[in-house]
Amino acid sequence: MTPLFASLLTEPVGVSHYMMVGAVMFVCGAVCMATKRNILGVLMGIELVLNGANINFIAFGSPYLRSDANQLGLDGQLIALFVIVLAAAEAAVALAIALNFYNQHNSIDIDRADELQG
Amino acid sequence: MGNPETAIPILLGIAWLLPLASFTIILFWGRMLGRAAALVATSAIVSGFVLSLIALVGFWLPSHPLSSGHDDHISGGGLRVEGGGHALTRTAHHSLFTTHHSPPTTSGRGSRVEGLGHALTRTTTYSPPTTHHDDHHHAAPAYYAGDWYSLVEIGQLKLSIGYYIDSLTVAMFCMVTLIASCIHFYAMGYMHEELHPVTDHEVTLSNGDHLTRPGRFYRFFQYLSLFCFSMLGIVYAGNVAMVFIFWELVGICSYFLIGFYIERKSASTAANKAFIVNRVGDFGMIIGLMALFGSLGTFNFGDTVDETGQTQAGIFSLIRPAENHHRLQTPEAMVLASARDQQAAIRGSHLGEPQAADAVDAQLNNQLDTWREQGYGYWLLVIAGLGIFCGCVGKSAQFPLHTWLPDAMEGPTPVSALVHSATMVAAGVYLVARFFPAFAPEVLLTIAYVGLITLFLAATIAITATDIKRVLAYSTVSQLGYMMLALGVGGWLAGVFHLFTHAFFKSLLFMCSGSVIHAVHTNEMTEMGGLRHKMPWTAYTMLVGCLAIIGAGIPFVIGFSGYYSKDAILEQALNFTNHNPVHAILFYGAAGGAAITAFYMFRLWYMTFAGEPRNQHRYDHAHESPKVMYYPLVVLSVFAIGVGWSVGGLSLTGLLEQARPAGTLPTVEGGLLLGDLVIPNEHDSHLPAVKTPATWIAFSTAMAGLLLATVIYCWRKVDAEEIRSQFRAVHRFLVNKWWFDELYDAIFVQPTHFVARRASQVDKSVLDGLIDGSAKVVRWCSRILDGVLDRTVVDGSINLFARKTWGLGLSLRNVQTGQLRQYVMLIVVGTVALFALVSFFWSIALAG
Repeated sequence: MTPLFASLLTEPVGVSHYMMVGAVMFVCGAVCMATKRNILGVLMGIELVLNGANINFIAFGSPYLRSDANQLGLDGQLIALFVIVLAAAEAAVALAIALNFYNQHNSIDIDRADELQG
Repeated sequence: MGNPETAIPILLGIAWLLPLASFTIILFWGRMLGRAAALVATSAIVSGFVLSLIALVGFWLPSHPLSSGHDDHISGGGLRVEGGGHALTRTAHHSLFTTHHSPPTTSGRGSRVEGLGHALTRTTTYSPPTTHHDDHHHAAPAYYAGDWYSLVEIGQLKLSIGYYIDSLTVAMFCMVTLIASCIHFYAMGYMHEELHPVTDHEVTLSNGDHLTRPGRFYRFFQYLSLFCFSMLGIVYAGNVAMVFIFWELVGICSYFLIGFYIERKSASTAANKAFIVNRVGDFGMIIGLMALFGSLGTFNFGDTVDETGQTQAGIFSLIRPAENHHRLQTPEAMVLASARDQQAAIRGSHLGEPQAADAVDAQLNNQLDTWREQGYGYWLLVIAGLGIFCGCVGKSAQFPLHTWLPDAMEGPTPVSALVHSATMVAAGVYLVARFFPAFAPEVLLTIAYVGLITLFLAATIAITATDIKRVLAYSTVSQLGYMMLALGVGGWLAGVFHLFTHAFFKSLLFMCSGSVIHAVHTNEMTEMGGLRHKMPWTAYTMLVGCLAIIGAGIPFVIGFSGYYSKDAILEQALNFTNHNPVHAILFYGAAGGAAITAFYMFRLWYMTFAGEPRNQHRYDHAHESPKVMYYPLVVLSVFAIGVGWSVGGLSLTGLLEQARPAGTLPTVEGGLLLGDLVIPNEHDSHLPAVKTPATWIAFSTAMAGLLLATVIYCWRKVDAEEIRSQFRAVHRFLVNKWWFDELYDAIFVQPTHFVARRASQVDKSVLDGLIDGSAKVVRWCSRILDGVLDRTVVDGSINLFARKTWGLGLSLRNVQTGQLRQYVMLIVVGTVALFALVSFFWSIALAG
């Protein structure tokens, strides 16, 4: 454990550093989703998770960080753009659901949304 | 196409297949064709006749000119028989032959091999060996043999469609197709009632009405075509297996045709009888075939050349090898098969020696002739011969299997004419003639005696029969007996010649009787009489047939066809008797039979056509048959008169003489079993010392029979009724056909019925009880099992499984809380767990 983090601090900035940032963001997002009772908080967690993943795509797709630097290497960026678009669409739909939920229950407490239980 | 080796097999092959084509057409489109079915069948058979005639006149005769030797004194009235004719003819007749046999023993032969599609035709041209005086009567006949198509080849067993064509085949093709053509034309007239729905007055239904059924005109011609195809197949066949196939086809066709009026009980019984009795004979034939094939390993008659160019010896050259001057000898394979123990002993004595195989072979070769002389394998030859003859006994209605043939009269008359002249019964005689070289002297003697018994028995029964067709049927049986007798006493030519002449006059007689029946609507001669005024064509053509069958003629000058053939038989019988005084009855029986033949034939003619009408009503309604029916009669009567004549050097006997099997002419003295038996040279029977007495005896017996018939039935000097009452016992004996049917009924049919009834009882009580009981046991068992096993074990386990699944589902249900946050937690924890698990095992796997 220790040598891994130690090397992070000593090495020049590379893919692993980005991945660490992405991982931290991902975990924050996941924790946020799991703990927030407010729907909006959950949606924010989702955004964090998606963008944590996006950082990984960008890092792997970056021409500065890749060994085959002579190629254009836009695939990571493109996928990240897709993810952003999807996230926007998802946020729109999720907010609509939240609004309707609020209309129904006068609340945005996610724990009250348990009608889907088995 | 120019040379006969390729042309004749093709021509005859087409003539053979045309009736099959006609059969197929009528089979599929018969209903649509209606009257045209007759045209299809008739044109097929007439084309067949034309092709056969082309094969004979266009190809066979130019390449095999008839010898002008001794044969003419049969056909030419015996004028040339005197002096040195005998010696002269022997040298003359062989010299122009084209022969065809395998191992070259004499010099001066060229051989050429021709491939023709599948067919392999091989002809060896034989030049007369001028230096070998001994050889001249051992010459093999000219023949073409080959295979068209191989059906099956399993190890040694080879079944093929092939041909064996010699002058007998060609002549048979012409005769069969000619007579069948006449019969086809005749049947167009005779069967016209079948064009419309028919009311059968002989069948009464349970409600008292007569049966009305659709006409079966087309079906009749369909069967006729198949019949002709089968018969021609037998004649064309190149091997015994093929003969057997077509032999059975002829049997099934006769079954169809005899049972044509199948609704009549008598017809269906007669058809069954014909079929079953023939099976008895065929059983023997199969034994004969097995004996031949098991030892010789071939079915082929003649020598053929296989694909590799090897000559395969046929049955005939194995039994009568050319090295042995075509004399009969037990084939090596039969000797070895029979002396198996001795072979084993020799092999045993050489066990372990170096070059044991050569030593064994040498010793076997040394021993072979000794064993052959000791008679090893001879029994096998005799059994093979007797077996083949057994099949012929069934097909040609010889004693003791003669009973089916008179019953076969239940078929329409054209069928009777066909069955009794050119096809079915001829097949048996033909096969005996074909197999003649393979018969040991003992077998020949058996054949002669069977023939004698048959001819006498049938002739006596014919005296008392009153059904016009039955008289003719018994006369057929009797004439077939003559043919067998002739073949048995060594008269190959006489027997075959009689087969041809008989075919013409017997088909004529049957068709005349059919014409009479057509006119008066009854078979009973006691209701006929005086019909010659009403139907002169029929009456006088039938008179020709009667004169031909009794062998009428002016001795040594000229005569009807039967005169030549019957005299030839009696001459050879007398010749045989001269050499074997023990068997004198063979001649006297045959001569006596000739008298009886003359008597019953003219009894038939007088009762039918002469005198006063016995039944005025029937007489008034009688009328001459239509032209399509009596023209064939005229054609056939021309042949019945003249087929034995020699015209411009051409004669039937000369043609047939070319086919005489190799080595069967010279006198044979002694078989291995009957040492003092002599089968005399047939040409010796034409010596004046034999011919003159035989001819006079034949003439006088025939005239005596004719005279007796005239006295009783024409002049009525003696009352037939009175004679009948005087010989009541004899009359009853003959009317009941020697009680053969009753005898067979008692010996075979009743015991079979008895056994069948007992078997049926056993079946009903024991077997059915057993089966019902076991069914009950099974039902009981299954009920127990249903209660115990099925409900508890099987159902229980299934239900348990279902309950457990249900419970599991219920318990897992609690996990689905609907709490989104919980789900997220589970996803995260699950993913981490999975990741940890995979990375753990991943590292183990890498380490491993």
